[in-house]
Order: sequence, then structure tokens, then C-alpha cells
Amino acid sequence: MEEIKFSLDTFYALMSGALVMWMAAGFTMLEAGLVQKKDVSEIVTKNLGLYSIACVMYLACGFILMYPGSALIDGILPGIGTSWWLSTADPIEEIGIPYGMDYSQQADFFFQVVFVATAMSIVSGAVAGRMKLLPFYLFAIILTAFIYPIQGYWNWGGGFLSSGGYSDYAGSGTVHLCGAAAALAVVTVLGPRKGKYNADGSVNPMPGSNIPLAALGAWILWLGWFGFNGGSELVVSSEASAIAVSQVFLNTNMAAAGGVIAALLTSLFATGKMDVTMAINGAIAGLVAITAGPSAPTGGEAVFIGAAGGVLVYFSILFFDKSMKVDDPVGAISAHGTVGILGVMVVPFTSDASFLWQLYGVLAIGGFTYIASLIVTFIINIIMPIRATDEEQDAGLDSTEVGVAAYPEFSD
Amino acid sequence: MKLMSIVVKPSKVEAVKSAISSVGVSGATILDARGFGSTKGHTDSYRGAQYQVDTNPKAMLQVACKDESVNDIVEAVRSVANTNTIGDGKIFITELLDVIRIRTGETGEGAINGEY
Repeated sequence: MEEIKFSLDTFYALMSGALVMWMAAGFTMLEAGLVQKKDVSEIVTKNLGLYSIACVMYLACGFILMYPGSALIDGILPGIGTSWWLSTADPIEEIGIPYGMDYSQQADFFFQVVFVATAMSIVSGAVAGRMKLLPFYLFAIILTAFIYPIQGYWNWGGGFLSSGGYSDYAGSGTVHLCGAAAALAVVTVLGPRKGKYNADGSVNPMPGSNIPLAALGAWILWLGWFGFNGGSELVVSSEASAIAVSQVFLNTNMAAAGGVIAALLTSLFATGKMDVTMAINGAIAGLVAITAGPSAPTGGEAVFIGAAGGVLVYFSILFFDKSMKVDDPVGAISAHGTVGILGVMVVPFTSDASFLWQLYGVLAIGGFTYIASLIVTFIINIIMPIRATDEEQDAGLDSTEVGVAAYPEFSD
Repeated sequence: MKLMSIVVKPSKVEAVKSAISSVGVSGATILDARGFGSTKGHTDSYRGAQYQVDTNPKAMLQVACKDESVNDIVEAVRSVANTNTIGDGKIFITELLDVIRIRTGETGEGAINGEY
């Protein structure tokens, strides 16, 4: 019986990890659809590279940094080691997983590593159309090896946030706010795409190149999220955990649906039309909003939590785009950052988590990630300019960075 | 010989194609086009921001024909493409110096498809 439970929970972690891995495809398609035609190959390349870098760096040191057996400064700064040795030959005790792990450590690593890639994918969408590949990959190395694992340790590795009472089930803060704060920091240094804003401050919309592809990306993310949230229950082999997982699946789906409906209605009231790109962001916003606490709400409450995300993401996108002059081609900073904060802060409404510690979590994760990312981006920008020149942007990054056009003409 | 460049709304392409076929035209080159005239483009919105598109989508059919066929073709086009509103399009007619059929090397009227 114990062996069957071990096998079942291992299988569940692996399948959940595989679903989350598939979210990399979702981000790639979403971003490919929402950038301009001349930058599509480049954004696809960014996503392929960042996913792979995230996997290697998390194995190299991220995992052991996030789940350290010992810490340099207890609760705040984890010790640096290496998880290269992760194999069947090594005993479980050498990893400092703070929760009882009755399943394979390799499965646990696999489930954790795909979350890092998700956080980094958020950055690639926000910097689309003007950030060069090599500095982007350098930033990916630092974020996935150090920045993400350090703040991840605070919540999931037994650091000060989890011991204080911060509650973030699958990572509205730890994954999504982290990715969005990093994205905002890079964009702060990077600036908007050439031609996005006029001299008088007015906005030039840059419509996406392929709406069906963007919608496919949203559907893939929606599917992957069942692994993201559902897998975060970690086990499924007892009756209680099986029921909890079912509630998480139900709520995750309901929140996304609520997000889409709310974003469509908000768009209709605001402009008279139902903007499909806002519906796509609404789905993601609903999912991000429920991620911090998908097991406690009822299905109906999940609809409203998702809907709150769907409304918020609409106005957040407009706020960043028009008021802050932050160019975010796919709305990643709003969908994952603004709504990530919402997701963390709504947890106390359906559980006994404390508002104060949720707020501490937002400030600690958002603040640390933003400042650390800002410093790293500044340094990279000194080593090599992160921004493609105006001429390169005009020609398109497909041509200047990758050399392969996504949609070549005259080539039957 | 004349070259007729017939600019119409994209939704009228099929109707115009049938209409000019019925008066004997058996070949045309059809291009996606954009343009502006009395309609001055239109307003679109994307992610909550309105923006002016200064051109409207059009289609352009290019037809080579004998001089005496011009009036028939003009009437055929107007009979189906005219909605009596601005934006219905225009027909430009220019002298055509020569036509060469690539496959056979035929030139002049002999290289134009059909008997028009």
C-alpha cells in the first residue's frame, strides 16, 4: 500500500510537471501571436532558449538554493550548493525539502523546474520586439539560477515568509509576481519599442500578427494550469488529497472562465467592442488570480476571484500602456504582476491567512525581484547594449537577431 | 489595347469577376490593395486604444483588353460594384503598348486571352 501511494504520487508529480512544461508552448504561441510579424521568429527563439536555460541553471544551482539543507542567513539567504548530483543513487535526505516528501525526488525536481521556466517566460513577453537575444539569455541565467530561487526559498523552501504565515499555494506571488517584477525591471532599462509612443505622449497601438495563435497560446496555458495548480497539492493518493486536487481543478477552470467573461464585458463597456486580446489576457488573469489559493474557495467564489482578475487586468493594461508609458506587448506585467498581487491578497477572504503577511509577501517578492533585476539589467546593459537599435527594430529582430523570417514571402 | 486597373471593395471581387467574364473577359490579375480617397480610412481599436488607419482595404483587378471592349467592361463593373456610396472604387484606363505571352512568345492582341 505504501509503495502504491509512493508510485501514484510520483506519477502525479510527473504528469503535473509535464502539463506545466507545456505552458512553455502556451507562452510561446501567445507571444508569437501578439508581437509584430517581423519579430515572431525572434520571440520563438527567446522562448526556446529561456526554457532550456532555466532547466539547466535550476539543476546547476537553483534547486538546491531554493531548498537548501542549511542557510547562510537563516530564513533569508539560502546556502549555495549544487544539485548536479541529482540521481537515483543519492539519498533524499540531502535535499532540504521542508515538506514531507513521499515521492521520488527526481519527480519533485521536475515539477519545480518547470515553474522557474514559467516565471522567466513572463519576462520574454514584456520585452518583445526590442530586446536583443544574448543579453536576454544572460538575464535568464541570473534570474533562474539566483533571483527566483532566493525568493522562492522564502515561501516554499522554509524561509521567513512561510514561517511568518504567508500563504501562496501555487505561486501567484512566488512565480507570477516574481516574473512580472523582473519584467518591469528589464523594461524600465529597455524602454518602449520604437514608434510605440509619439512625441506628444500619445500611444500608437501595434496590433498583433496572429490572433488565432495567441488564442491557442491562451488555451495551452489554461490546460497547463491544471498541472500548475493541481500539482501544487503535491499528493493525490489519500482521499482528502484527491478531493482537494479535484477542488483545485474545478476552481482553476472556473476562475479562468470568470476572467474571460469579465474582460469581455469590461472591454464592451469601455469601447463598445469585445477585444479578443483582452479576453485572452482575461483568461490568464483569472488563472493567476486563483493560483495563490485554489483549494479553499467554492467553485462560485472562484468565478468571482477570476472575474476580479479579468476586470483588473483590463484597466492595468491601459494604465501601464497610457499613463506609465510602459510598453508591454502581451500585457504580461498586468496579467501576472498586478493580478498576481490581487491573487495573493484575496487568499485571506477564503482562508485564515493574515492580510499583513500576504502584504509582506507582495512587498518582499516584488521589491526584491524588481531591485535585483534592475541591478542585473543595468550591469548587463553596460557589458552589452540590451536594446536593439532603431534601425534593427525597423528591419525586425527576425532578420537582425535570428536570420529566419517567421512568415517569408515569395518562397512557395 | 488598353490596360484597365479596376479598384473595388474586396467584397465585390467575385461579382466583378463574374460580370466581366460574362462580357468575354477570360483573364485578369487580382491584387490585394490598400488605398484612400473620399473615405479617408477608418478607426480601429486594439487593447483599449483607438487608432486611425488612413487606408481601407481594396482589391485591384488588372485586365488587358482591345480598345473596343472598354465600354462593355466598364458597364459590367459598374453594374455590380456600384452601391452608390463613397468607397465603391475607381477604374483607371491606360494605353497598353504590348503584351507578350511568356509560353509561346505571341505578342499584341494575340497574346490577350479571349475574344474581347
